[in-house]
Amino acid sequence: MSQTTLAFPTVEEEIWRYSRIGELQLDRFAAGTTTVTVENADGVQVQGSDAASLVGSGMRSHPDIFAQLNTEHGAVIALHIGKGKVHPSTVVITHTLSQSGIVAYPRLVIKADENSEITVVERFVSPDGTDSLIVPVAEVHAAQSARVTYLAINELGNSTWQIGHQVAVGERDSTVRMFTVALGGDYARVRAEVRLVGQGASAQQTALYFADGNQMHDFRTLQSHEAPRTHSDLLFKGAVKDKSKSVYTGLIKITEEGTKTEAFQTNRTLTLSSGAWAESVPNLEIDTNDVKCSHASTVGPIDDDQRFYLESRGVPPEIAERLVVFGFFDEVIERLPASDFVAGIREKVIAKLGSVS
Amino acid sequence: MTTLEIRDLHVSVGTTQILNGITLTIKSGEVHAVMGPNGAGKSTLSAAIMGKPGYTVTSGSILLDGKDVLAMPTWKRAVAGLHLVMQYPTEVPGVKLSEVLSEALTARNSSLPNLNKTINEEATRISFDTELVNRAVNVDFSGGEKKRNETLQLAVLKPKIAILDELDSGLDIDALRDCAKRVEDATNEDQLGALVITHYSRLFEELKPDFVHILAKGRIVKSGGPELADELERDGYAAYAEVAK
Repeated sequence: MSQTTLAFPTVEEEIWRYSRIGELQLDRFAAGTTTVTVENADGVQVQGSDAASLVGSGMRSHPDIFAQLNTEHGAVIALHIGKGKVHPSTVVITHTLSQSGIVAYPRLVIKADENSEITVVERFVSPDGTDSLIVPVAEVHAAQSARVTYLAINELGNSTWQIGHQVAVGERDSTVRMFTVALGGDYARVRAEVRLVGQGASAQQTALYFADGNQMHDFRTLQSHEAPRTHSDLLFKGAVKDKSKSVYTGLIKITEEGTKTEAFQTNRTLTLSSGAWAESVPNLEIDTNDVKCSHASTVGPIDDDQRFYLESRGVPPEIAERLVVFGFFDEVIERLPASDFVAGIREKVIAKLGSVS
Repeated sequence: MTTLEIRDLHVSVGTTQILNGITLTIKSGEVHAVMGPNGAGKSTLSAAIMGKPGYTVTSGSILLDGKDVLAMPTWKRAVAGLHLVMQYPTEVPGVKLSEVLSEALTARNSSLPNLNKTINEEATRISFDTELVNRAVNVDFSGGEKKRNETLQLAVLKPKIAILDELDSGLDIDALRDCAKRVEDATNEDQLGALVITHYSRLFEELKPDFVHILAKGRIVKSGGPELADELERDGYAAYAEVAK
């Protein structure tokens, strides 16, 4: 990979537009690490130079300085699942950041060989008040017919920043499912990219986000179709409350090789308070014919008719609101893998909803 | 015995006056049909009774057993015993009927010991597919399924007075018969009072009105017994559109 140091970004760049990058003073933070636990990784976790050699399996170039810093300083966790194997349980990685004033660079590599299968959950946790920065990179390489499911859960405290990257590469007939649940953080950004490079590869990208207080959740997505008959389906749904913000910008890119591709992209954000703000910008870049492609995006408050319908049955307003918001998230929650975590996510969403004005 | 009194009700939507003084009294066990042509203000009447946003009562009153309904938010009107069966029931993605009924009963301080059993019994009674009880309310339901769902809610929540807004629109003859018969049964078994807003008299084969009122241009222009519905069936509304002018 390139050794030139990339420039620090500004909001002038389209991919950083609306972001809070202008507030970041990187030199405020000393290099540090997260406390990490890895569960259920027997037989797939590799260490030392074997782990180092897997870095770059999915991320072929650095999209920005943060990815580059991660490659230079990253604490690597590498999972390698061999040809034809199905990993029997969900690997759970938990990063805990409990000290202020540090920047941590967790690096996760998932390399799935031909016709293998693995599910990985990666949690990012910090207590409220932890004034630190976490710059995680997760890279996935799914070889022919491999099936990889990855779920990132942001449970960071209200003072922690996150600038994250997810990159997944899918070879022929592989299936990659990338999930993000964003509940925490002060400014929490994820750049989530899938590249379908082999014929018949398929990807699903799903996110649930819920910002309150002064939080900002920021997503930049890429569905890149670089081979024929590839399929991608993206569904990002979120809510913003109080004075919080969310940004979604997404690109479906289909190269000349991507004939007979199907690509779908949906982003919906509920604005639950008049002081909350959300932006949604979908984009298409298609260099071939004979593709099936659609995108949809909405930003707005709870539907008045849905609220009235429930209230006309005698459901009090705050409960009607909770039901509608939960109903809104339902199709995302239904998709989530690793059901052990779903109940906890539901509880956190309930706690966030609290009393919505 | 419950009484819903609507007195000289004037309602506007935006700057347009739709209802120009409606007076009606509905008592337990009575079925009042309000019939009228399109644009007469039938749906506005049901929306105003339930307090739908966008419908402004400019004068007049609505009392339920002497209590001021207009002073209550929508959910309290329902808890007090009013129930609206909507003409176009709203789809609520991700929210199950059982959740809605459970919350609605909790608000009434009357949790049913075995809600699911009651729901299933009532569903069977009106040939509503019990599979749909655990699906999102009204989402991808057919017209008949939506009206059966509305009727099922009425049967479980047991309101004192029901307002049926065009129960007969968008559903087939079997669904219409099942829904209308269930409401008729409620008027006999539970002394439900019903305000039945409709265009056509075909609903009355199962749900027998005691009183028929003709609404035209925001006013009730004639009231009578069931024979009035027969007259409308025969002669249409043309004569009454003239009266209202």
